[in-house]
Amino acid sequence: MSDPPPTPLLTLRGIGKSFLGVRVLDDVDLDVAPGEVHAVVGENGAGKSTLMKIVSGGYAPDGGTVEFAGATRTFRGPRDAQRAGIGIIHQEFNLLPERTVAENVYLGHEPVRRGLVDRRGMVERTTRLLASIGETTLPADARVGQLGVAQQQVVEIAKALALDARLLIMDEPTAALADHEVELLYGLVRRLQERGIGLLYVSHRLAEVFDLSSRITVLKDGRRVTTVDTESTTADELVRHMVGRELSSYYPDRAAPEDRGPVRLNLRDAGNRKLRDVNLQLRAGEVLGIGGLQGSGRSALARAIFGVSPFTTGDVTLDDRPVRLRSPRTAMRAGIAYVTEDRKGEGIVPRQSVLDNALLASRAVFAARSGRPARTARVRELLAAVEIRGAGDDQEIRFLSGGNQQKVVLARWLALNPRILLFDEPTRGIDVGAKSAIHDLVRRLARDGAAVLMISSDLPELLGMSDRIVVMRDGHVAGELPAGATEEEVVALAVGTALETTA
Amino acid sequence: MSALSLLPARRSVPGVFVALTLTLTIGWLVVLLDGGQLFNQSTTVSLLHVAAGLGLVAVGQTLVILGGSLDLSVAYVISLSTLVAAETMNGSDGAVLPAIGLVLVVSAGVGLLNGLLVTRFRVNAFIATLGVGLLLKGYLDNGYDGPAGTTAPSLVQALGYQRIGPVPVSFLLLIAVTAAAWFALSRTRFGHHLVAVGGDPEVARLSGVRNDRVLVTAHVLCSMCAGLAGIYLASRLGSGAPRVGTEGLYDLESIAAVVIGGTALAGGRGGVIGTVGGVLLLASIDAIFNQLEVDAFFKQVIRGVIIIAAVAVYARRAMRKAA
Repeated sequence: MSDPPPTPLLTLRGIGKSFLGVRVLDDVDLDVAPGEVHAVVGENGAGKSTLMKIVSGGYAPDGGTVEFAGATRTFRGPRDAQRAGIGIIHQEFNLLPERTVAENVYLGHEPVRRGLVDRRGMVERTTRLLASIGETTLPADARVGQLGVAQQQVVEIAKALALDARLLIMDEPTAALADHEVELLYGLVRRLQERGIGLLYVSHRLAEVFDLSSRITVLKDGRRVTTVDTESTTADELVRHMVGRELSSYYPDRAAPEDRGPVRLNLRDAGNRKLRDVNLQLRAGEVLGIGGLQGSGRSALARAIFGVSPFTTGDVTLDDRPVRLRSPRTAMRAGIAYVTEDRKGEGIVPRQSVLDNALLASRAVFAARSGRPARTARVRELLAAVEIRGAGDDQEIRFLSGGNQQKVVLARWLALNPRILLFDEPTRGIDVGAKSAIHDLVRRLARDGAAVLMISSDLPELLGMSDRIVVMRDGHVAGELPAGATEEEVVALAVGTALETTA
Repeated sequence: MSALSLLPARRSVPGVFVALTLTLTIGWLVVLLDGGQLFNQSTTVSLLHVAAGLGLVAVGQTLVILGGSLDLSVAYVISLSTLVAAETMNGSDGAVLPAIGLVLVVSAGVGLLNGLLVTRFRVNAFIATLGVGLLLKGYLDNGYDGPAGTTAPSLVQALGYQRIGPVPVSFLLLIAVTAAAWFALSRTRFGHHLVAVGGDPEVARLSGVRNDRVLVTAHVLCSMCAGLAGIYLASRLGSGAPRVGTEGLYDLESIAAVVIGGTALAGGRGGVIGTVGGVLLLASIDAIFNQLEVDAFFKQVIRGVIIIAAVAVYARRAMRKAA
């Protein structure tokens, strides 16, 4: 490899952007060198995605200049930026599940021989491209829909590289990945670096930012707060820059022993296709954390309790009375609420208003006669209580940030006065500020007597929030840990001692 | 870890051909018990004729449905095409080629209108093509009370009745059109882009596909297929028929054939081979019931059941795949 050229690959100078008179970006400078990973952090609404869209041609800046590969550029659209060599990997993948890997990678610029699509050449080139980023087990003619999330991400990256991308923007690339897949992504990022590709890396997870980047730019309220060398800063300092708050004040106090009430939900030898012999007690007033790897049965547990894919064996008692939770509707009527992991797919109705989304569950479960205006008024109160910022109740929910969407989902369930709340990754893809608001809410609910079950892949969150932690492995309970357990203990239970050698 | 998920995509035989084989076997047995013969010359020939007419429309319909659109105007395009063909020829063999050309131009024009309404004016495909269809209906109802024009005898002979063994020339035309469409879908950029647009328009757009152009092309091709079906019907009937398209229910039946053939109504998945299977299935049921002299109304009921059952089977499969 030759020495990297002294000129940066991308230089942004004084970038500004307003929407309807609201300044979302103001005088932002940033540069990326070839082979550098430059992380961009900041709360949602700080302007990260707007900035990324400007770089990738989605928006035109109102002011400032974008210099790429030594020339000042004005991109007329995403395609223009792509052609110039800027690829973007979105949080939601832009792939066609019904088409093959090769068809996806070369969509829009299929190799042509004698006027016809050269299918064999396409597969060969894709295979070579995948091999060049160290992916040799992924067949180029596999249907994308049958691939795992991590593999789909590899396909996305290959798709960008097929266009000779020299700058790659990764927007929350690990949000959808399981822990062991994150390692694979790290390897991939390193190989991209070696090829001299510059990376703009947007993430909420500071651990990743520290693992991967060489420099970090912090945005807040549309302005660049600072750009620092990763080596010379700490997580605490970054968080202070982002929100002006210390890391340690993240999690609310745990429940005192006397606050824990009677057993609300009791599972005895409960199982279904994905779970076996689960024994679990959930008490009023506590937050029970559920740990484990992706696919260990954490979500399956929540979905079984909520009746999405019900238990087929064992007994379930609710306040000491046996119950059969055979559909979400019966579960809701029994006082159970479920905040799903897949907010976009299962949590919200994107084109309906905030209010409609918040009313969804109450409308579905309770007869109209139970006072429509009163119900609406109550939901409006709840929406105010969860502090949705920057949006009216009548706005379509899809325009809200992830954190605010999640708060609406919460309000929806609170309207039912649930006695048991199941949270599946409640803060995934949510900015730091909204995260702690949701943590506070969860804790407040427990203090008010609700029994809370919380699944989280974010270990600090799991440890910080839970009064007890149950770790799942292969569809059953691997073990239980008290509050104050360490990350190592959780991981050891999650992977199992037999597997520790391979970890 | 999950080696199973890494199997290459296998393009399996569409389930419709299993259903077709079953239907033909059972139909053959039942007709045999009834004292008849399903696979004699005349029933086979008429089955293939029915399939040819519907098939030409359905192959075109497959293209627009794959792209996430829909064409409800095909029935009227067929009627219009029979008239344009028969009136242009007016019984003269010399005018066959100009007539065919004119039909293709007119139907392409209708397709262009459909396509522009759907893309440029963002009118929902259902409404846009229904509207265009009603427009044509108004024109036809206003101008024609019954058959008009005369198809050139040579065309009647060649396309309407000529056959090679039990296979009518019209069915060979269907095979040719199907082959062309299959080729276009799997081996041209247009085909790849069309399936992408139907699968996810946003993904296609961000990958540099010119969605509008692709979809307009599909609409033009779909209408031209309906035009071809019109030419075929004109050669069968010997004249232009202003209601042949609607009376034959070509709009809804073509969509049914596409769906039975395994193409997702929302677009992005499927193909023309399955559609031909769907067409043959519908035509076979027709032939069997004709042999058994089943009541026409009951026949409709059975068709309805089959269409619903087919979609239910696909929905179950999709569910299992997602699980």
